Amino acid sequence: MSFGVGKYEMDEMRLVVGAMLILSLATALLVVMPYMLLKDTQPPPGLKPYNDQQLIGRQSYIANGCIYCHSQQPRDVAQAPDALRGWGRASVAADYAYDTPHLLGTMRTGPDLFNIGARQPSRDWHLGHLYAPRAYTPGSIMPSYPYLFEVRQGTAKPDEVVVNLPPAFAKPGQVVIAKPEVRALVDYLISLDHTYPALKAVDDMAVNRREAR
Amino acid sequence: MDLTVSVLLGTFILSVLALFVFIASMAKGLFGSGGAAAVQIFDSDELGAVEDPAATKDQRGNLQQAMDPSSSASQRSASEVATRLRADQSSSLVVGVCLTLSVVWLVLASVAGLIASLKLHLPDWMVQQAWLTFGRIRPIHLNLVAYGWCSMAGIGVAMWLIPRLLKTELVGARYALAGGVLWTLGVTAGTVAIAMGHSDGLEWLEYPWQIDILLVVGGALVGFPLWLTLLQRKVAHLYVSVWYIAAGLLWFPVLFLVANWPGLHFGVQQATMNWWFAHNVLGLWFTPLGLAAAYYFIPKVLGKPIHSYNLSLLGFWSLAFFYSQVGGHHLIGGPVPSWLITISIVQSMMMVVPVVAVAINQHLTVLGNFRALIYSPTLRFIVLGTMMYTAASVQGSLQALRSVNTVTHFTHYTVAHAHLGLYGFFTMVMFGSIYFIMPRVMKWEWPYPWMISAHFWLVLGGFAIYFIGLSFGGWYQGLAMLDKDIPFMDSVRLTIPYLQARSVGGALMTLGHLVFALHFFIMAFKFGPSRLGAALLTKPKVDPVAMPAGGATA
Repeated sequence: MSFGVGKYEMDEMRLVVGAMLILSLATALLVVMPYMLLKDTQPPPGLKPYNDQQLIGRQSYIANGCIYCHSQQPRDVAQAPDALRGWGRASVAADYAYDTPHLLGTMRTGPDLFNIGARQPSRDWHLGHLYAPRAYTPGSIMPSYPYLFEVRQGTAKPDEVVVNLPPAFAKPGQVVIAKPEVRALVDYLISLDHTYPALKAVDDMAVNRREAR
Repeated sequence: MDLTVSVLLGTFILSVLALFVFIASMAKGLFGSGGAAAVQIFDSDELGAVEDPAATKDQRGNLQQAMDPSSSASQRSASEVATRLRADQSSSLVVGVCLTLSVVWLVLASVAGLIASLKLHLPDWMVQQAWLTFGRIRPIHLNLVAYGWCSMAGIGVAMWLIPRLLKTELVGARYALAGGVLWTLGVTAGTVAIAMGHSDGLEWLEYPWQIDILLVVGGALVGFPLWLTLLQRKVAHLYVSVWYIAAGLLWFPVLFLVANWPGLHFGVQQATMNWWFAHNVLGLWFTPLGLAAAYYFIPKVLGKPIHSYNLSLLGFWSLAFFYSQVGGHHLIGGPVPSWLITISIVQSMMMVVPVVAVAINQHLTVLGNFRALIYSPTLRFIVLGTMMYTAASVQGSLQALRSVNTVTHFTHYTVAHAHLGLYGFFTMVMFGSIYFIMPRVMKWEWPYPWMISAHFWLVLGGFAIYFIGLSFGGWYQGLAMLDKDIPFMDSVRLTIPYLQARSVGGALMTLGHLVFALHFFIMAFKFGPSRLGAALLTKPKVDPVAMPAGGATA
């Protein structure tokens, strides 16, 4: 195969070996090293695992693509005023102990949601906001999600959850009923509360423990 | 000294050492007969002869005048012409199928993108259907662009380049065809899955893992013909485009497999993996395919070899090495180990090395011949594309700096930057390549040259509005978010005019794509006026008795 080419010229073997070596190095750095460093991370005592309803809601958060506009990773106050906006302290790896798939997000077309449950604990507010965002936040560009609700003339059945809209947005004689999916989604949003004490130290301990072995 | 610091130091020392080794060996001329490899893409008498099947007869004449009026290369050896024709023919079915599919995906992807763009300033528009909500149509757009249009076009162009670069027939085209079919099924199923809400939840990796199998197997199958053809190669040197294609075809299945392995990744580690993948799919898949095409078509159209062949080797290895480690810059300020971010920022800056290597090569090859751009439709798209590659890369390096990133992270600025790379660079290069390739595949010329011009100006104008508007909007958005005295809602409100501008630009781009697709299908079905018959190659000097039947019209 060599055709007697120069000693330093590219051939197939050099190409394959070089290309794969380089890829392994990058994978070791960005995938394997974080894996080894983080796999023994312990959840902080203040962090509760998601219950079944919240997990269903988390799935709905994924299915409806909330991550394309909302991050879940407040930055340090030295870098950005996230904490001053009520988004919470800078997050650490341990805060995500139950978060697979990760939902860190890359856009802030809307605000960070890592502590939305602490900032806005009202179930009514969330349901109404998902149905009619601009009734609560004028100028918001969040889509409304009518397909997560059922609108009906008349009254709701006893086991149904009715959305209490602000008077200016409620239509007389009409009820808006929250479907089970959106109820789960709101359960998930309200569970997003990472206001327990800053856990930088705990997080570092987990990392150091791993290295000491 | 702890483990992470030693790894960091080790990587840094290794990077710098590797760089010095390369520079030293280049200074000593160890890379051997660079010149011979650079002219590998030409036949023996072909230097100085321009080639652009997308040009009209007049344009071709003007192009030749602009480049080398004295060239006598219209006299070509019959056996070499026959070899070229056989090479082109051997790949025509698989290339035709891949490029046709890519054009279909392009149109669908543009429509999805335009809908997503409009929704950002018309939030109550088309909200009744779950599958049309912004959070689904946006990932549908991204995946259709990445795995539908860009991958299919890149594979089609690569399949066409392989036999030409190795001067033999494509071996095992059926594997690539089978791979393309699996891939298409995967993209279709993945799109439906996202529309129905079955997403994995990771950007660039939304398709459920069961569907990902189709792309991994399909992607690996597409690589088969390359390796089989390499065994039959009739050339002594592997031209730079071959390295990029071969490496890209090796890298993609590995990346995609590791990234989608179910149950392996967790929490923050998954976030670092996510951006390791998402940046590598650009750097180790699309970029190699785009550069491979540019490295072939620019010198081929102009009839002169690239400026410095040795530099392209440096460009290749440094691109592979530095690009593969930059993914962490997407997590600056995030809950990830700081050494990882630091490595990624350093390597992002080091990306200047391969970018300059490519820029010198591609821009200096064109320098002094800008008149050729007027006459060659292929060159117009590709040269513009390579300019935007340089711009996108330099912008990307700067954006990785902590101070700049603090402003641009989480804003529309990043979206504009992503489009400069995948649209301005990659898509433009693919447009040019398709204009060159399709007349060879179909043995039919582009019927309406005005449609090529319309396509060019629509996408160029549209993209200029898109990119400039969104970059400014995103920057102001970032500044507003950093000011604690400005309410968050103000950072949303101020973007509205820029988002509207993006929709205008996007609509023009979509219109351009429709013109392109229409022209493509007019040609594919051989409608429209036949301009010159099928002017394929310059006439050989002897009667073409040795030529295969299909090429007799050349």
